[in-house]
Amino acid sequence: MESTLKLKEKGKNIYLHQQYFLREKSFTGLLFLTTLLSASIIILIAGFVFSEGYPVIKNGLVKMITGTKWYPLEGVYGVWPMIFGSLMVSLGALLIGIPLGLGTAIFLSELAPPKIADLVRPALQVLAGIPSVVFGFFGMTVVVPLIRNTLGGSGYSALSGSLVLAIMILPTIINIAEDSIRSVPKELKEGSLALGATHWQTISKVVLPAASSGLLTAIILALGRAVGETMAVMMVTGNTPLLPTAETNYSLLKPLLIWLQPVRTLTSNIAIEMGYASGEHASALFACGIILFVLIMVINASATLLIKKKVSR
Amino acid sequence: MRRTLLVKESLIKIFIWITAFLVLSFLFLIVGYVLKNGLAHLNPSFFLSNPKRLGKEGGIASIILSTFYLTTLAIIFALPIGVGSAIFLSEYMKESVGKKLLTFLTETLAGIPSIIFGLFGFAFFVTWLKLGFSLLAGGLTLAVMILPTIIKTAEETLKAVPKSYKEASLALGATKKQTILRVLLPAAVPGIITGLILALGRAIGETAALLLTAGSSAKTPTSFLASGRSLAVHLYILATEGISLEMSFATASVLIVLVLIINSLANGLQKRFQKKLA
Repeated sequence: MESTLKLKEKGKNIYLHQQYFLREKSFTGLLFLTTLLSASIIILIAGFVFSEGYPVIKNGLVKMITGTKWYPLEGVYGVWPMIFGSLMVSLGALLIGIPLGLGTAIFLSELAPPKIADLVRPALQVLAGIPSVVFGFFGMTVVVPLIRNTLGGSGYSALSGSLVLAIMILPTIINIAEDSIRSVPKELKEGSLALGATHWQTISKVVLPAASSGLLTAIILALGRAVGETMAVMMVTGNTPLLPTAETNYSLLKPLLIWLQPVRTLTSNIAIEMGYASGEHASALFACGIILFVLIMVINASATLLIKKKVSR
Repeated sequence: MRRTLLVKESLIKIFIWITAFLVLSFLFLIVGYVLKNGLAHLNPSFFLSNPKRLGKEGGIASIILSTFYLTTLAIIFALPIGVGSAIFLSEYMKESVGKKLLTFLTETLAGIPSIIFGLFGFAFFVTWLKLGFSLLAGGLTLAVMILPTIIKTAEETLKAVPKSYKEASLALGATKKQTILRVLLPAAVPGIITGLILALGRAIGETAALLLTAGSSAKTPTSFLASGRSLAVHLYILATEGISLEMSFATASVLIVLVLIINSLANGLQKRFQKKLA
């Protein structure tokens, strides 16, 4: 009598254990599935964009990248003007954004009284949170008329794009640059000051060189953000799918005059034409997506490599 | 010598103060300009009536509803998958090549430009899964976009939960699953919500990807398979098609106010979370 009860109890225990074991295993399995799904999305994205763009890519990638004529209705897909547009607008944004961004990063990490720094940081967070379409709207209603009235032309230009983008990439530059300046060991700074160097000499000759790989990372990530931006750029650059040119006798003025011309970026090209494209034309836009994808991957990978190098040092 | 050095030093410092001041003034210029021109148009009827005559008149009721559906869908899909991945990566995986690869793959997603998400959403959700230009296709695309943010914040939050919590639970005989569900997750909830709110901010402001996946119908959506226009897309169309400057300012103001609310919510929660664990 007693022994059967014990046996029953034992059986129940084994049953309970098995149940727990199964539940644990199925929970782990479920978590593993979610992880697999998250990790496979990037592969799905690459796969779908590549397979949709392949029909046009296979006709000659080099011809496509170096081609200067974009006549989608005649089946001519040269994207050099758009690549040039993307690079021009983004590099212009860096030219304006780097001094402002690095200056603010130095300000926050070295000069600002803590109370002021605590006011500036949340403000930068707000700046980072403003949707790009609002930046574009601001660009359309303020920056474009400003350029039109001061420098002439329609105002819809690469320069307008660079100005709007410069503001948009500031939070990226400032956050990463500030972090890397702060992570410079205190001893370096104190050593320099103890040797009689002034505050600025210490910053410029000791702190900034020590933080240089972090600063470069900040700039590269900002470049990636700029090249990938769509809405804000599309709303202010005029979007002509041609290489910008300018006629002038003063060669020094030429870059500025070219900057005042409308351009179309890779991103805008996709956003503008995807709405009505079909067949080979749509495939060509996916091919633009591939070029953009690879460009961004190369930019971000170089930033990651820099971070790794810094860590290993 | 010393004197000119000091003068130079002060000049450089003044210059650095000016750069910081300029950066701040850009923010106040943009926010102030939009709100100054837009706040006056925000009244109850703007929020309660649908756009009329392409958006020239009326309000944004249907647009708000579409935006709400899109972001809710995005969260419904991204939250469980994101938090699940974060738990698996932080609690079940040891430092290994496999973990590095999985982390690399999810983090790479964060750097992809939104127009590429749009292309993917168009090819996969709209065309391949035959969802058409719909709230569902747009919501799924947004879910993919906010996934890295959710994974990253959830992972960091889980790491920040003191080890003693976990050890105490395991020592009491709780299983790993019980420990995660009843100890780790409850302690991490405020941090996860902070990440969710930040992701929400990104989803609300998204335009390019939604243009290619959710379409731009301004009507009140009747089902998840209907096209819908988000606030950001509405602003884009109002502004670039020259429909109405007033309505553009009003819509932009709504977006900016939302961003301000989202930021202060996230900051407040983060402070509370840090206090609780300190």
